[in-house]
Amino acid sequence: MEKQELIAKINQVLADEFEVEQSVITPDADIKSTLNLDSLSLVDMVALIEEEFGVKIKGTELASVKTFGLLYDFVFDRMEK
Amino acid sequence: MGIYSCIGKNLDEVRESLYNGKSGIVFDPVRKEMGFRSALTAYLEKPDLKGVLSRNQRVYMPEQALYAYVATAEALKNAKIDQDYLDSHVVGLMYGNDSSADPVVKAVDTMRAKKDTTLVGSGAIFQSMNSTVTMNLSCIFKLRGINLTVSGACASGSHAIGLGALLISNGLQDMVVCGGAQEVNPFSIGSFDGISAFSVRESDPTRASRPFDRDRDGLVPGGGAATVIIEEYEHAVKRGAPILAEVLSYGFSSNGDHISTPNVAGPTASLEMAIRLAGINIDEIGYINAHATSTPVGDAQEAKAIYNVFGDRRIEVTSTKSQTGHEMWMAGASEVIYSMLMMKNDFIAANINFENPDEDSAKLLIPDKRIEKKFNTFLSNSFGFGGTNATLIVRNID
Amino acid sequence: MESTELISKLNNILAQEFEVDVAKIKPEANIKETLMLNSLDAVDMIAVIEYEFGVKIPSGEYAHMKVFSQLYDYMLNALKN
Repeated sequence: MEKQELIAKINQVLADEFEVEQSVITPDADIKSTLNLDSLSLVDMVALIEEEFGVKIKGTELASVKTFGLLYDFVFDRMEK
Repeated sequence: MGIYSCIGKNLDEVRESLYNGKSGIVFDPVRKEMGFRSALTAYLEKPDLKGVLSRNQRVYMPEQALYAYVATAEALKNAKIDQDYLDSHVVGLMYGNDSSADPVVKAVDTMRAKKDTTLVGSGAIFQSMNSTVTMNLSCIFKLRGINLTVSGACASGSHAIGLGALLISNGLQDMVVCGGAQEVNPFSIGSFDGISAFSVRESDPTRASRPFDRDRDGLVPGGGAATVIIEEYEHAVKRGAPILAEVLSYGFSSNGDHISTPNVAGPTASLEMAIRLAGINIDEIGYINAHATSTPVGDAQEAKAIYNVFGDRRIEVTSTKSQTGHEMWMAGASEVIYSMLMMKNDFIAANINFENPDEDSAKLLIPDKRIEKKFNTFLSNSFGFGGTNATLIVRNID
Repeated sequence: MESTELISKLNNILAQEFEVDVAKIKPEANIKETLMLNSLDAVDMIAVIEYEFGVKIPSGEYAHMKVFSQLYDYMLNALKN
């Protein structure tokens, strides 16, 4: 998958699941505040990424994935290409 | 009051269905494919609450919590209670529920297949617990009084209302939101089907649930949710609440006998306790809403118990389960609402499908057609597995 | 399966499931009384037989079975086909 395609897909599944406009998902935006995630729904984001892209974000890694830009990189680097 | 049931999604629709003797029972081909002995069930559409509740609220709610939300929102509105009121007063919540099988099965399926508990998702734990309805509703409506689920098998809803009324009469709460909820899906009742509890009259779904009829052959599972708001009388008067009726008494007992086969002594004791505590003359009771689920033994034992207590008084007895199927954990609460709708509108709904009495039901006055009748007090029975019994007596307030 | 083999296997399974002495299970003994079955346990007898032998006893058939020899006959017949 090309990175642009991956970004579009990530934005779409997150917007669908967490019921926000896709336009608010930008590379610099903070994931938790943009998607209204609390500690519980954060688990659902991790599960969704794992389901859709086969990439598991460990609890210790989650702290460093603050923005969507970081999430795109994280998933892209670890995906089976 | 508020309700979401297989015979209507609000009080108006349900009143119409009761008046017209409409059945909510269908044949579900999916159950047949799953190897069910009986594919009969009540049919309910799942409420679409997208836009009403946020994703982060809905994700914790199994279907019965969605039903309970709709019923409770209607009840609060009818009782003229808004969020400002709930924010500034201590309001309790006591709801009957005794299973949440569907989310449990789905979570276990995921765990087995994926060997990764994260994939179960954040909602599974809150959806799976028996207290799912009260934990969800208390957070959504921001309730700060008692917060408790009552699990008393098929008498859960009755016990919830009875216990809520007790909290109020003891001065511990001014207002309690009470009710009962029941999930409607194959997994939740497959084991019930396994013990041959269900009617197999699959060729004629709407005639399968036939409480008290000689040819009944088992119950039909139903579900949904029903909510009543119980409030201390002076408190209700002071805030100008629309007061509908008074919970006169709550009787209860346990059979101390077989786990599934009911007896006569237990229900009789529950009926007698309710009548004694109501402090009324037995002749004031104008209608009896029976528990009768359409099982061969259960209906006969209840008919005997009612006859034991009421003798030849010939008070109308019906089971609304003839229309709704057995709403189990919800039944005690929904049947109070069905009875209330009849009392407020001066009719008694037909015990549909009652064609021929048996030896026991012949001794009772069971109308097979709707009758127009004004009554001011009713009695409602609910009995459950393990021999738990509950009886409520409710009197009209104009 | 030979009939004696089937009968002894069936007896052992029923004795184990319903916790009775296998010696009490005789062709002319009453099934319900010997195994102390109520209407619920009867379902378990049907289930244990279906698990072990792959033979489903319809409740209509079960209603006619009073003694073990009738159950043996039914099972032998079902397994022959």
